Amino acid sequence: METLEPILTEHPFFANLDREIIRLVAGCASNVRFAPDDYLIRSGQEANLFYLIREGRVSLEIFVPGRGAVSIDTYDDGDVLGWSWLIPPYQWQYDARATMPVRAIALDGKCLRTKCEQDHNIGYELLKRFAHIIEERLRGARLQLLDVYGSATTR
Amino acid sequence: MTNGPWHISDKLVIPSSQLDEILARLTQAGFKLLGPTVRDGAIVYDTIAKAADLPVGWTDDQERATYCLKSEGDGSLFNFTVGPDSWKKHLHPPRIRLWEAQREDQSIRFAPPKDGIAKTAFIGVRACELAAIAVQDKVFLDGPYVDLAYKARREACFIVAVNCGKGGGTCFCVSMKTGPQVASGFDIALTEILRDGRHDLVVEIGTKRAAKILGDLAARSADAKDLAAVKAVVEKAASEVGRSLETENLHDALMNRRESPHWDNVAGRCLCCTNCTLVCPTCFCTTVADGASLGNALAFRDRRWDSCFTHEFSYVHGGVVRQSARSRYRHWITHKLATWIDQFGVVGCVGCGRCITWCPAQIDITEEAKQIQAETTGEPRAYAEGV
Amino acid sequence: MEAPQPDRASLQRDSATRFYPYRVRQKRSESSDTVTLTLEPADGDPMPGFKPGQFNMIYAYGVGEVPISISGDAEEPDVLVHTVRAVGAVSRAICAAGKGDVLALRGPFGTEWPIGEAEGRDVVIVAGGIGLAPLRPAIYQVVHHRDRFRRAVLFYGARTPEDLIFRKDLENWRKRFDLHVYVTVDRGDAAWRGYVGVVTTLIHRAPFEPPNSTAFVCGPEVMIRFTALELQRMGVTPDRMHVSLERNMKCGCGFCGHCQAGPVFVCRDGPVFSYDRVHDLMAIREL
Repeated sequence: METLEPILTEHPFFANLDREIIRLVAGCASNVRFAPDDYLIRSGQEANLFYLIREGRVSLEIFVPGRGAVSIDTYDDGDVLGWSWLIPPYQWQYDARATMPVRAIALDGKCLRTKCEQDHNIGYELLKRFAHIIEERLRGARLQLLDVYGSATTR
Repeated sequence: MTNGPWHISDKLVIPSSQLDEILARLTQAGFKLLGPTVRDGAIVYDTIAKAADLPVGWTDDQERATYCLKSEGDGSLFNFTVGPDSWKKHLHPPRIRLWEAQREDQSIRFAPPKDGIAKTAFIGVRACELAAIAVQDKVFLDGPYVDLAYKARREACFIVAVNCGKGGGTCFCVSMKTGPQVASGFDIALTEILRDGRHDLVVEIGTKRAAKILGDLAARSADAKDLAAVKAVVEKAASEVGRSLETENLHDALMNRRESPHWDNVAGRCLCCTNCTLVCPTCFCTTVADGASLGNALAFRDRRWDSCFTHEFSYVHGGVVRQSARSRYRHWITHKLATWIDQFGVVGCVGCGRCITWCPAQIDITEEAKQIQAETTGEPRAYAEGV
Repeated sequence: MEAPQPDRASLQRDSATRFYPYRVRQKRSESSDTVTLTLEPADGDPMPGFKPGQFNMIYAYGVGEVPISISGDAEEPDVLVHTVRAVGAVSRAICAAGKGDVLALRGPFGTEWPIGEAEGRDVVIVAGGIGLAPLRPAIYQVVHHRDRFRRAVLFYGARTPEDLIFRKDLENWRKRFDLHVYVTVDRGDAAWRGYVGVVTTLIHRAPFEPPNSTAFVCGPEVMIRFTALELQRMGVTPDRMHVSLERNMKCGCGFCGHCQAGPVFVCRDGPVFSYDRVHDLMAIREL
């Protein structure tokens, strides 16, 4: 059976990560596909998986009463989607919907979570990488918050 | 005494009573006369007809937020420095109609304003004012575009300059190298000699047209004693100027101290009242007021003086760039003393001292500049309080 | 055959005050607050030809005058195209103009996008919101002379899908194989299938060589700053980035004093500046 180890090794997220850890993660990984409008993540559900998007686009959405689903971010080729599996209360805050056909690697976050508690070295390496992702997304979100294109009257 | 004929560069001497003769010749040559005159407790520039309309016997006392006139009764014609008016009031007027427009034939027709510009003689232009006019010439005439309103008024003016006989309390022309000696840019330059029983005017002819107008004026050629007297007048004025400003490295000091805490200090005092920009002879900012008659039969645009101290001056949709008084004062002084040089090749300030005299908050441009300079040299400087 | 052009220097001196009445030939609504007007001379001479990046002062009869970038094709001399966003009394009046209405224009003023400087290099165009309008003439130039440049990439960010302008152009550019177009919005809706997020997150996705690229950036000043920072991080040098700034303007030709930012007059020394020239100015608050 082919493992996903070589694919993971090539991905920037896993760069400089100990081979052992990559093997461990690959053991919890599987190939998945989503059709347009499929949901990868639903708000409120337990966060057990996270995704490495290989191809396609996923829209991160918040449902606003009266406005419907508002898309506030998108994840594309190479992006890592989902960190709530690592941070209590391990529950998804948003919906994530495929807006195009998506090929991704699903990773068993629940399993990895347990491994991180057992071996803090693994936990630290993963948390370090997620901190970087969160920082990037936060930076973008803060700029979006400025609503620079809005006119003064509509702010 | 001879009747000339006088030529460009000639220096003549006439008794002061003969100034009327020069004024009459200018009037005859078609020039409206504008000159200093006392009104409402100040010496302003207004229409005059004869020498008696000048501030005869008056002198002025100027300090921070202080301007008062004193009558000395000595018959002097020009024994005062500059007042709240400057010649920009006439060359770059506070309000003019730029054009009028009408809808016509499915288009819009624009017409220039109807009134022509009258030929005008400016009487009593000081050295700092000549420098200010030269600065505004650079702004309005030397760039890729020409301000036609300024050009027309500039071409219609005749300049009778005067060497200052006294230095004002807020003057610093010596530091700015703009005076007190009148050097160039005039048609006629006068120096009032009032001492030892004499009251004469030394008249220097600066242009061909001045030579033509004064052609056969009864006068005598100035001799060495007269020229020495002129020199003494200028030196007296130079020794009396009340302020100074170190101009070397001033540009860089201001450009490098944009984030100085001193600007907060100024902001605590500046009222953004715009007095300084109104009295400054080189400030040139304007705004436009578009209007239309009832029913839109006629549309027009007026141009008015504006000031960078107003809140809406730097408004762009989305907000005002210079919200704080701090940023507006910083902009004004940095423009006047530093970025003006980057833009026009000369410094914007001529050392006339008007902004010091007319600031109700007693802000002194020379003192503010010195505070900034002290920050760059690292030498602490106690802020000089107003007198 | 083109009529001989009067010498540029004397044209410049006249253009400051000379009004050209122009009639609205066509009006297209781009979004809820933005329209594109196609204008033709109402009578008399057409305006002197413009360069991409330049602006005109547009006068709405009886209301007032504002600076608006020219958003059309510089190689189409018969019409003038302006894209206007209604943000104040004057721009609202201009946006309210209908077919046949006459506006009066002065110009063209300002500096141009130095497209020639990008020849032989990758061209990276980053537009934010209405900032796509002053850049469109530059994009047309690149497209008309595509072989002069290596890669060509366009990044365009807007508030929401409803705020996207020039949709037809975007579609046409997208269809080309020699132009990479990336469009993103700050927030999307259920129907939006494109990118969501700030335009800088897209810049990493495009294939271009930063050290051999020339970038043209236009949009809100905050957006210009964070875009320039990102481009610089990737290796585009400040002298190869050009930005278009905006300030209050009453005259368009350097006399009213309103548009100053430090030592520069945005109307005359800009609105297009190389980033290394204005980068320090943009960092000073309330300049």
